Amino acid sequence: MSEETVEASAAADAAPVVPAGGQAGAKAVRRAFSSPIASFLVILLTVLWTVPTLGLLATSLRPESDVAQTGWWTFFAHPGITLSNYHDVLFNGGFGVQNGLMPYLINSLAITVPATIFPLALASMAAYALAWVRFRGSDVIFFLIFALQVVPLQMALVPLLQLYSGGAHIGSATIFPSLGLGGTYAPVWISHTMFALPLAVFLLHNFIAQLPRDLIEAARVDGASHFRVFRSVVLPLATPALASFAIFQFLWVWNDLLVALTFAGGTPEVAPLTVRLAQLSGSFGDHWEILTAGAFISIIIPLAVFFGLQRYFVRGLLAGSVKG
Amino acid sequence: MHTQVGRGGGWRRQLLAAGAVTSLALLAACSNGSSSSGGSKTTGAAPTLTGDCAQYQAYAGHSGTKVTMFASILSPESDSLQSSWKQFSTCTGITISYEGSNDFESQLPVRVNGGNAPDLAVIPQPGLLAQMVKTGKVVKPPAETVTNEAKWAPIWKTYGSVNGTFYAAPMSANIKSLVWYSPKAFSAAGYKVPTTWADLMSLSSTIAKAGKNKPWCGGLGSGTATGWPATDWLEEIVLGKYGGDVYDQWVNHTVKFSDPKIIAAMNVLQGWMHNPDWVNGGFGGVSTIASTTFQDAGGPILKGKCSMLQQASFYEAQWPKGTKVGPSGDIWAFKLPAADPSVSDPVEGGGEFVAAFSDRPEVQAVQNYLSTAAWATSRIKVAPGWVSANQGVDPAVYTDPVDQLSAKYLTDPTATFRFDASDLMPAAIGSGKEWTEFTAWFSNNQSVAKTAANIDAAWPQ
Repeated sequence: MSEETVEASAAADAAPVVPAGGQAGAKAVRRAFSSPIASFLVILLTVLWTVPTLGLLATSLRPESDVAQTGWWTFFAHPGITLSNYHDVLFNGGFGVQNGLMPYLINSLAITVPATIFPLALASMAAYALAWVRFRGSDVIFFLIFALQVVPLQMALVPLLQLYSGGAHIGSATIFPSLGLGGTYAPVWISHTMFALPLAVFLLHNFIAQLPRDLIEAARVDGASHFRVFRSVVLPLATPALASFAIFQFLWVWNDLLVALTFAGGTPEVAPLTVRLAQLSGSFGDHWEILTAGAFISIIIPLAVFFGLQRYFVRGLLAGSVKG
Repeated sequence: MHTQVGRGGGWRRQLLAAGAVTSLALLAACSNGSSSSGGSKTTGAAPTLTGDCAQYQAYAGHSGTKVTMFASILSPESDSLQSSWKQFSTCTGITISYEGSNDFESQLPVRVNGGNAPDLAVIPQPGLLAQMVKTGKVVKPPAETVTNEAKWAPIWKTYGSVNGTFYAAPMSANIKSLVWYSPKAFSAAGYKVPTTWADLMSLSSTIAKAGKNKPWCGGLGSGTATGWPATDWLEEIVLGKYGGDVYDQWVNHTVKFSDPKIIAAMNVLQGWMHNPDWVNGGFGGVSTIASTTFQDAGGPILKGKCSMLQQASFYEAQWPKGTKVGPSGDIWAFKLPAADPSVSDPVEGGGEFVAAFSDRPEVQAVQNYLSTAAWATSRIKVAPGWVSANQGVDPAVYTDPVDQLSAKYLTDPTATFRFDASDLMPAAIGSGKEWTEFTAWFSNNQSVAKTAANIDAAWPQ
């Protein structure tokens, strides 16, 4: 629920990343969005979208017997606060792990940070090359990459797993041997990177292709190599696009259960928070009361990332980047 | 502009630094992975184990090896499992890396097809076992496991076999044919525990006529598995009414759902759990059975709003902390009587089977150990809520009254034991259409004939 809120607002914020057309158009849009009615609607939507999160918080603070009998909204009339759910989640271990959620929290970070940085680094370079390096077939490659968007990742799960565990062969010729990555983070990083690249290349290409030609050409005339242009001109200017994609990717990987469960498994050494959350309620669902507390803990870090990076895409970057 | 580029530059430097760090971590992770994968056949002659470890001599000689195990059992039950083989691991040097998942049923086929199968999988559904055997990746158990398995009732071997070949030894058993009630409320009202189906039905109408509360409560809600408790109700009636043979034919679909026998059994259920005068104590009308979660269904018994709940032995975990479970406590259970007195002690239950995907010697050692009565005893001593139908287990080791009750019926040689039919039927029915149709039967008052016809129509050809 709350993740949806975050994603939805991320989407709303990400939309203006593609630079708007004319100045007049931008002004009209700004005026339309600052009218009292629009403000009221936006506030109303925000409140509506926040209510489930509030309910989650209230439920996580209530004792089990109260949750079973009444709705969370009665919490405000009859407050009975307990932190026992949080205590159970944080400190009562399972699977021979003593520290509750902590190992899983660290696993989540160890999975999410690289799985955000890898596609970002690869896609920004690819996007630059496709947008500004002239070579035959660059458009075809771009469309092919974007077309990969339509392949559902679920289709790739079993073949990818076979590649990782058995290597790749054509007939009897081995292209690469079994990688022996079982029980490590690497398959999850690689898979998330693969699944993220089409969208990342598409988003960043659209942004980078719209950078003023004068800037790039000026740098080229001054003798900068493609790598220099990419590093010194394109990357700094593309920061808002990079940040917005980083937020998307971070949230997606953080909230992902399927890919992690398939490629990393559920052992405490590698399993992320989502896998642990799914198991919190126990074999017969008899510990459901601690789920809300677990869910609340799991959204703290995505929220921190969102608030930490949001200024990058709120800022309208290109205004004034070429001053004659 | 300058500040802009400057800040962006700082961000970029951090990004590059983080990238460098993570690629180092990637390398480290890779090298860890490759170094820990080898080393299974480094041992020579088995060392002699002494003292407390002497009992594990048969499994010695695999020190320093690792066996992966994948199951659907989660914490805290899985913690008890892990403590049950702690001594075995310490003595033999075999590490059992346990992984539990509540997506086990969907994850196991993905991993097996992806070439990433666990060494051992604990499979609760014979149907899933058959599906795994079809992939050709399941390895037949070693001879010792086969010998150990013979201590279970013969019917269990057929559930661990596919097409007549034995693949997986049972590990645990549970009983579904229990009725939970409050001994205190029963003795206060002067009710006796019914021993025949006729007694049960007349007791129900007595309670309903007394008007203080409804006799039965129930709940089908269980997330994506909503509906399964109702399949158990029908299975118990079919088994108790016609005995094991018809039950087996029903599982094979040689007796269809629309067969007059099954329709008659469904009508018995219609008159029992679909009877507006008898259900749903503490919740409301018949349709609330579909909307109540199975975990909550027994709650009204403690509050005196409902008298009985038909639910499996593992329902014991759902009673709130502090509830005294026992023959004279707050809550106790009796075995659901046979719908036809001529059927001898029908017992419907479930269990888990250990299938191996590798024949490495240490995997076989673990497989052998898990099939022994010694391991079962070790597990029972760790914590209640675990029953083995292994005849070699001394009934005196059970400390929990419900476990004692379950063990009594599960090891009873005269009982007609049958495995949960919905776990034996094809998944499209047993964990699909049957659940949804039964839910519709209770929530929308769908007719018995239509429910049966819809399930038959969905049976895979």
